[in-house]
Amino acid sequence: MIKETLAIQQERDLVYCRNRVKEIAAKIGMGIVNQTKLITATSEIARNMLTYGGGGIVKIEVVTRGKMEGVQLIFEDKGPGIPDIPKAMQDGFTTGRTLGMGLPGAKRLVNEFAIQSLVGKGTTVKILKWKNG
Amino acid sequence: MGEFLLVTIQVDLYDRLALTLEEDLIQMVYKNASKGVLIDISALSIVDSFMGRIIGNIAGMSSIMDAETVVVGMQPAVAITLIELGLPLAGVHTALNVERGMALLESRMSARPDDTSDGDDD
Repeated sequence: MIKETLAIQQERDLVYCRNRVKEIAAKIGMGIVNQTKLITATSEIARNMLTYGGGGIVKIEVVTRGKMEGVQLIFEDKGPGIPDIPKAMQDGFTTGRTLGMGLPGAKRLVNEFAIQSLVGKGTTVKILKWKNG
Repeated sequence: MGEFLLVTIQVDLYDRLALTLEEDLIQMVYKNASKGVLIDISALSIVDSFMGRIIGNIAGMSSIMDAETVVVGMQPAVAITLIELGLPLAGVHTALNVERGMALLESRMSARPDDTSDGDDD
């Protein structure tokens, strides 16, 4: 089973991470539309992590649940954390140079989305996209 | 092609490169007094909100320099994803391919009432 960890420390890492996720998604036979949704969500969350969290790591894993197969990603940073998660999940809300589409947009693109954040400790975002989801 | 600028993005860009493209492009509009900018994104497998903002910026800057922007060649999967992401791409014209994008720019040029260029006047 595929399971690996990538570091996101600079912009170039975003491109590498997207490409790797695309390769893994293609390897399990995910269709092009779902692949595109998954790498777009990956890009949004990883960029958020870079912009607000000072970078972090991404754990990529192929998961199965019954007959379903998909790609799960866990983004972890040790940044300042998000004080108000419901606000961060609103469309158009931003404190930085982004459009504020990142988190809410990413959530719409995947099947499962979970976010945990502790102020001063960091943020963890977990997403999952089923192959046929 | 004459007063139009054609830009083909061949690879998925990382952020700095996208910002450089934005700057270079607007310089080219200025230098060539371009009336239109065609951006071919058929090779892009992803347009996220950052890339969307860059495209929007290019269109906005071109517009205040009297040039129109048409984005062409978007892959179907990218279009589907953009809509679900909720990215509006406001103020950006789009066309299916370069040929149609060019036709769109040409028709918009000839529709301009104050256009003094000696192009075709049908």
